[in-house]
This record gives sequence, C-alpha cells and structure tokens, in this order.
Amino acid sequence: MSDYILEMKNITKEFPGVKALDNVTFKVKRGEIHALCGENGAGKSTLMKVLSGVYPAGTYSGEIYINGKLQTFYGIKDSERAGVAIIYQELALVKQMSVAENIFLGNEFAKNNFINWEKTYSEAEKILKEVRLDVNPATKIVNLGVGQQQLVEIAKAISKRAELLILDEPSSSLTEAETENLFQILRELKAKGVTCIYISHKLEEVFEIADSITILRDGKTISTDDKNDINEDIVITRMVGRELTQRFPKKTNKPGDVILRVKNWTVYNPEIPDKKLIDSVSFNVRKGEILGVAGLMGAGRTELFMSIFGSYGVNVSGDIVLEGKPITIKEPKDAIKYGISYLSEDRKRYGLVLKQDVKNNVTLASLDRVSKSGFVNDNEVIRHTNHYVSSLRIKTPSVEQKVVNLSGGNQQKVVMAKWLMTKPKILILDEPTRGIDVGAKYEIYCIMNDLAAEGVGIIMISSELPEILGMSDRIIIMNRGRITGEISSREATQEKIMQYATGGR
Amino acid sequence: MEKNVNLNTNVKIASTSSLKDILRNTIRNNIRQYTMVIALLGIWIIFQFLTKGIFISPRNLSNLFLQSASIAILACGMVLVLVAGHIDLSVGSVVGFTGAICAVLMTKHHFGTIPTILIALGVGILIGIWQGFWVAYRQVPAFIVTLAGLLMYRGGVLGVTGGKTVSPMNDSFKAIGQGYLPKLTNLPFHDTTALIGLIFMIAYVIFEINKRKSRIKYGFEVLPMNLQIAKIIGGLIVIGLVMSIMITYMGIPYAVLLLMAIIIIFTVIAEKTTFGRYVYAIGGNKEAARLSGINIRRVNMLVFILMSVLATVAGIVYTARLNAATGSAGANMELDAIASAVIGGTSTLGGEGTIVGCIIGALVMASLDNGMSLMNLGVTWQYIVKGLILLLAVWVDIATRKTAT
Ligand SMILES: Nc1ncnc2c1ncn2[C@@H]1O[C@H](COP(=O)(O)OP(=O)(O)OP(=O)(O)O)[C@@H](O)[C@H]1O
Ligand SMILES: [Mg+2]
Repeated sequence: MSDYILEMKNITKEFPGVKALDNVTFKVKRGEIHALCGENGAGKSTLMKVLSGVYPAGTYSGEIYINGKLQTFYGIKDSERAGVAIIYQELALVKQMSVAENIFLGNEFAKNNFINWEKTYSEAEKILKEVRLDVNPATKIVNLGVGQQQLVEIAKAISKRAELLILDEPSSSLTEAETENLFQILRELKAKGVTCIYISHKLEEVFEIADSITILRDGKTISTDDKNDINEDIVITRMVGRELTQRFPKKTNKPGDVILRVKNWTVYNPEIPDKKLIDSVSFNVRKGEILGVAGLMGAGRTELFMSIFGSYGVNVSGDIVLEGKPITIKEPKDAIKYGISYLSEDRKRYGLVLKQDVKNNVTLASLDRVSKSGFVNDNEVIRHTNHYVSSLRIKTPSVEQKVVNLSGGNQQKVVMAKWLMTKPKILILDEPTRGIDVGAKYEIYCIMNDLAAEGVGIIMISSELPEILGMSDRIIIMNRGRITGEISSREATQEKIMQYATGGR
Repeated sequence: MEKNVNLNTNVKIASTSSLKDILRNTIRNNIRQYTMVIALLGIWIIFQFLTKGIFISPRNLSNLFLQSASIAILACGMVLVLVAGHIDLSVGSVVGFTGAICAVLMTKHHFGTIPTILIALGVGILIGIWQGFWVAYRQVPAFIVTLAGLLMYRGGVLGVTGGKTVSPMNDSFKAIGQGYLPKLTNLPFHDTTALIGLIFMIAYVIFEINKRKSRIKYGFEVLPMNLQIAKIIGGLIVIGLVMSIMITYMGIPYAVLLLMAIIIIFTVIAEKTTFGRYVYAIGGNKEAARLSGINIRRVNMLVFILMSVLATVAGIVYTARLNAATGSAGANMELDAIASAVIGGTSTLGGEGTIVGCIIGALVMASLDNGMSLMNLGVTWQYIVKGLILLLAVWVDIATRKTAT
C-alpha cells in the first residue's frame, strides 16, 4: 500500500463561465491532518465536492485514488463506502429533526425498516460525548446555536467511522473555546488513525493543527509543504499572489459626537416568553467610531442587535436615541429608514436570496435608490453592483450569476455589498469576515475605516479577538445578556476581554 | 497596485467572450424558455398530423388564442402568487362569481356595460383585499384562505344566479369575449390588426435600440452588431407570425388584445418594478427580504389584490364568450391556471417564474383541449392526457435545470 491515503490527479472542473479547478493535483498522507488553503473562490470546496462524489464522476476530468485504488464516485454513498466523510461549509442539517435523527440520517439503526430508537439515542449519546456536546439527543436542531450545530455535523461524520474526514471551514462559526474543543477531537481522531483534510481561512489555526499544507490559487495547485517548512507569511503570499505586510490597516478614526444611544434595553425570548435574554443593556456609539462587541457564543450579542434592528424578540423595551432624537423601531424597514443597517451572521438564512443573481441581492435593500416612481432602472442596478464587485473583489463570472453558485466567502461579500449600498449612518456588522480570506479581510477592514472616516458609526460583533483588538476604538463585552465590561482599545488585551466575557470582574 | 491582480480575473471573463460564448450563454440561460417553445411547437405539429391539417390553420389558431385567453389572464396573476410563495385556489370561483354578477346586473337590472364592468372590478378588488388580509395580516396560509374562498364564492355564484343559467349579455359586453377588432378598408387582409402588428414591431425595435443605447452610455457590454440585428429580426419574425395568424383570419379578437396588454403590463410589473423584485425576493427568502426592509405584508396584500382583479377580468371575458353565466362557470379553472404557470417554469416553492413562460404554458393547455376536441377524443382522455403532460413538462423542466448547472 502506498503512503498516500488519497491522491487526486489532474482534476479539472468547469462551471459555466468559470474554470473552478484547473489540473489540480492533491495528495494526502495516511494519518495526517492536511490543511487546504486558498482565497475565496480558489476552488477548495469544489475540490472536496469532487472527492466526495457531490459532483459525480463524468462531470469533471481527472482521477481519484484512495489507498492506491482508482475510484469512481457517482454519489456521496459511493465515497462513504470508500471511507470518506465530509462536513460541508454550509451546514446541512434537517432543522426540524432531533440531534440523534440527524446524526444517523441515511444510516439509521433499523431492522426490517423499523427504526430502533433506543439504540439510536444511546449511540447518539455516546457520539455526542466524543464531540463533547452536552445536549439531549432528542433536542431539535432549530434550538441549537450555530456552534452546537457544527458539532452535530462533526458527530454525524464521526458516526460513519470514516478513514478520511473532510472539514470545510468547520471553525468559521465557532468561538475560540469551541475551536479548541474541535482540535482536541481532531487530535483524538488522528490518534485513532483517521486522516483529516482541514479547510480554513484562519491561518493561526492551520498552523496549530495541520501537519502539511496545500495551497490553491485560481483553481491551480501552488504548493504542498510540511508545516515546519513554511510560515504564515509564505502561505499568504502564495494564496493571494502578492505580499501582504499587515493584517490590519492603520487606525485613523477620530470618533466624534455620540450618534446612537441605547438605554435599558431588555428583550425576552420569543420561544420562552418569560425568559430574559437581554437584561437592561445601555451603551452608545459615536460618529466615526468602530465599537467592538465581544463575548462568548450565547452571550446575547446577536440577540441584542437583532432586536434593536427590529427583527427579534418579544416584550422588547428600552430607548433608542439617534442623533439626539428618540426613535421607535418596530420592523427592519423602520431601522433602515433611520439609517441603521444590520449584517447578519447567518448569511444563508437572513442575508441572501440564493436563487437570485448577484445584482438583485446587492440592490435588494436599496432598490428605491435605483428606481424612479416604482420602476427599477436596470442599468443603475448593474452600475452599482459593478462598483461593489470590484471594490470588494467579489469573484463571479458576471453580476447575473446566481448567488448560490458563488463560493462561501464571495457570498459573504455579496451580503456586505448589500448593506454598504444602503449608505447607513449606523452599520452593525455581525461576524463580518466570517469565511473571508485574509486578503479580502484586509479590504473589508479598509472599507470599515473609510466609512468611519465619513462619520458612520460602526458596531462590529466578532468572535475573533485579534479582529476586535485590531479594529475597534472601544470594546464592550457581553456575558449572559448583560454588558459586563467596556475598555478602550489602548488598554485592551485578549486576557482582559476573556475575563469580562466569562463574567469575572 | 495590489487590486489589479484580482480585478483582472473578473474583467478577463467579460472581455474575452466571443461570439460563440455569447450564443452558448444565451442558449444556456434561456434553455427553459426554448424547451417550452419547442414543446409547444411539437404539440402543434403532432396535432397537425392527427387532425389531418386542420389544427395549424389561421382559423383554428385564432380560436385557440381566443379560447386560451381567460386561462392565460388567470395564469399571469398566478405566476405572481406562486412566485411570492403562495397559491390561489379561489380564482375559478371568482371567475364564476364576478361573471354571475355581471350577468345578473345586465339581465335583471339593465345596467350598461361600463357600470357593470366597474362594479365587477370593485367586487374583485374587495375579494382580493379580503384574502390578502387573511394571508398577509393574519398569517393564515394562502392554501386555506383561498380554499375557503373557493367554497364561499361558489356559494355566491349559486346565490346570485339562483342555480340557473343567466343570459343574454349586452352586445357590447359580449364583444369582449367574442368580438373582433373592426376592419376599416376593403383590403384582402385585416387592416387594423396589421396596423397593430406594425405598432408592436416598431415599439419592439425602439425598445431594443433604446436599451442598447442606454447600455452603451453606461459603458456596459452590448451584443455585437450582427447578433443584435439577428435578435431584432428574430423578435420581429415572432411578432409577425403571431399577428399574421390573426391578420389572415378575422383579425384580432378584443379578448386577445386585452390579454396582450395584460401580458405586457404584468411582465413590466414582474421585471421592472420594485414591487415585482420584492415579490421574487419574498418567495426566494422571506427572512432575508424582511431584514432588507421590505414590507412583506403590503407586498402580499397587493399580490392577492392583483390576482383577484385578474380573476375578475378573466370572469368578464369568459362570461362574455359564453354569453351566459351558470352555476358551475369557472369550476376547475384555478387548476388550469396553476398548471399553466407550472408548465411555464414557475416554481411551486416560490421565487421563480416568468409571465412569458405561463403564457406558453396556457397555450400548451389550450392546445391540448382544442386538438383533442378536434380529434373527437372524449373528455375522459382530455383529462388524462392533460394530467400526463403536466407531469411530463415539470419533469423535463427539472431535468434540464439539472444539466444546466
Ligand atoms: N455550482 C456552481 N456553479 C457555478 N460556479 C460555481 C459553482 N460552484 C462553485 N463555483 C465557482 O467555482 C469557483 C470555486 O469555488 P469554491 O466554492 O470551490 O471556492 P472556495 O475555495 O471554497 O472559496 P471559499 O473560501 O469562499 O469557500 C468560484 O469561482 C465559484 O464561483
Ligand atoms: Mg468554500
């Protein structure tokens, strides 16, 4: 048997107008954790979908060998039989079903077509323990947070007892603690002899967990190296095809007067109406300021800002004062009218109309600006979209491409463009750089600074502490629905933030 | 300087597009429309053989257009309803109900044609507001609201007509469903219809030229001149063929003229207005639409009002054509309208569909009715064949969509 568990040779895959993979060669040694890096749209997810049979044999050219044997996969079942399991970039769980049902979906414990529920639940419990997810296996997926859902995905993949496990950006919606937990799981799996392919835009993580690193650019393999032979800077340079000297642009913001003031904001859970989610929160934002909002998953950051935006919660009470005038927001359209925009952390659910093209998505929240008395001017739509496609470097064959066909990071940029186009006074960004590559992150940071320079008040919720530290002028930290601390960027450190985030004083 | 690297990849794709690429792309992007048109022509050719040459004649095709008018009018509204993620089962009953009101007003109360139509439209708007209220403001699923409507308005039909056939209509009312545009000269073809055809052609050419000019002004890519000319000529041929069918027979029926106006208006609504874009966005992802500041309730309300108004128009055309209102008028028309929209590529899951598509779908349905009657096939077979064609059409649609991606 060869040293390589997986060899993909001369893989070429074309979509209408895009050559997503161009003669890619990719080899993975048995028992290693192999990272796959590359810009948004480089072809990482496509390569993994070829490997797992999502794109069946015949729709691409090239060969796949597993343990030295040539394989032809016509569907996911085929690749699973060959020992490959994949966790997709976009979560693929059935929301209305329970955790246990999801874990064994398609591989049920059944005898004569009757499901053995006892075994299902007891096995699910065991696997959940393996991934250290402490929930009842009968819980429905809708009631779980994104991070917990990610763990269910991992549990599902583990349950298949695969030899080769593919994780496509598993950590993009995890907090640091959750990521650390994930790494622990991966190390245990590695000790059991499982090989992993790990895709991530977070290079620190890649260097922490991976043994070797392959870099893709524009659908071509650039290099494969042992982790110890290269460093982050080399990886970045190879990924983006140029040198990137800093991760964050220089801070030039000069915060002005207070533009938004929120007082005694209290929100109850819409599912459990007597449960307080946000408890009497007060804060303010200045013109031209970037206010970072830190906290652990479940601290209530998203709930706080979605409720301010008018799209979440029941029994919402408290005052919002915008530019000195008290305002009431009942629905998102009121907020947008007042110049408040909110970019959601969940782009598929709250951000995009996947079936529609790039231009319709970008202009959706500001159609009035490109229309006259109710009639849309298509050329204006295209002109504005083109502007954002180039300033955010959205990789798409045309503005008429359906968003569902874009890579994950480019989808994120489309939502970003939509909210930038509303020209807000207050821009709330919930995990704005989720799934975005290093080069593009820098571009987005620059845009945030430019907006701040124009006097926009920016609120940035982020679970990436370096981003919070690198971009914020001031940081508020939340824990269990309350603000537990506020620090200026000068005195902020990771330790201080974590201390407040865990509720300690 | 660093930006250039990536920008180039975008620009490259756009500027290297050759003639062949453009052709390939347009075909790929419109493959569904093309397959539907080809299917329609295929059905016509098959009937041409089966009916020994009667089917494709100006007389029969003119009749076919006239027969399909009320379903096609309904289908235009149904596309919007389905795209928004709803369904309207009540339209058949609304057709019957508003038609019955018209008939009773004219026969029993001797109303003039115009007041009758205005009152009917008023009733249609009220029905739309009623249903829109329950769907948009009380969150009752449209399936239930309109199923309730189906029953209630059918009751209304029976109440208004007393279960009897009510006729005849005023002559001017009858003309809406049966009449043709008058001829003015003694030329051997239908002059006014030819004139209208000419106006359509000129309007089309001006539209294309303006679009091109405006794109050039914005600095966008336009079709190479030869392709642009080919496209315009193609469009003119289609208009010419459709119109010549009617020019060489008795001219254009008022109902078809009305339908054409509705097609144009609803295509503009669907594609060129903010309201239309919102309908597609709501059907595609309601949550994203809401967070983008769209007033979902108002849009849904308007969708149902438009649907009921169109159902009223269809009711007027239908009643005028039959010159009578009956207790069962319009029954099952909602199913034909839904089938037309779906055959025409409208997704039952919402978010996708075109007006042009549903017109082709309506023509497919009408062709099946017409052709099989010409062949003297019984109603039994008509239902069975129509059902099978619906199934087949949607399957072909799904299959072509898969290969297109
Ligand atoms: N179904 C599709 N139809 C058309 N183009 C596609 C499709 N799927 C992917 N592409 C294109 O192929 C290219 C590679 O996409 P892929 O999803 O593999 O990128 P990626 O490396 O995973 O990026 P990201 O980091 O943003 O997730 C992109 O340009 C994308 O637009
Ligand atoms: Mg990807």
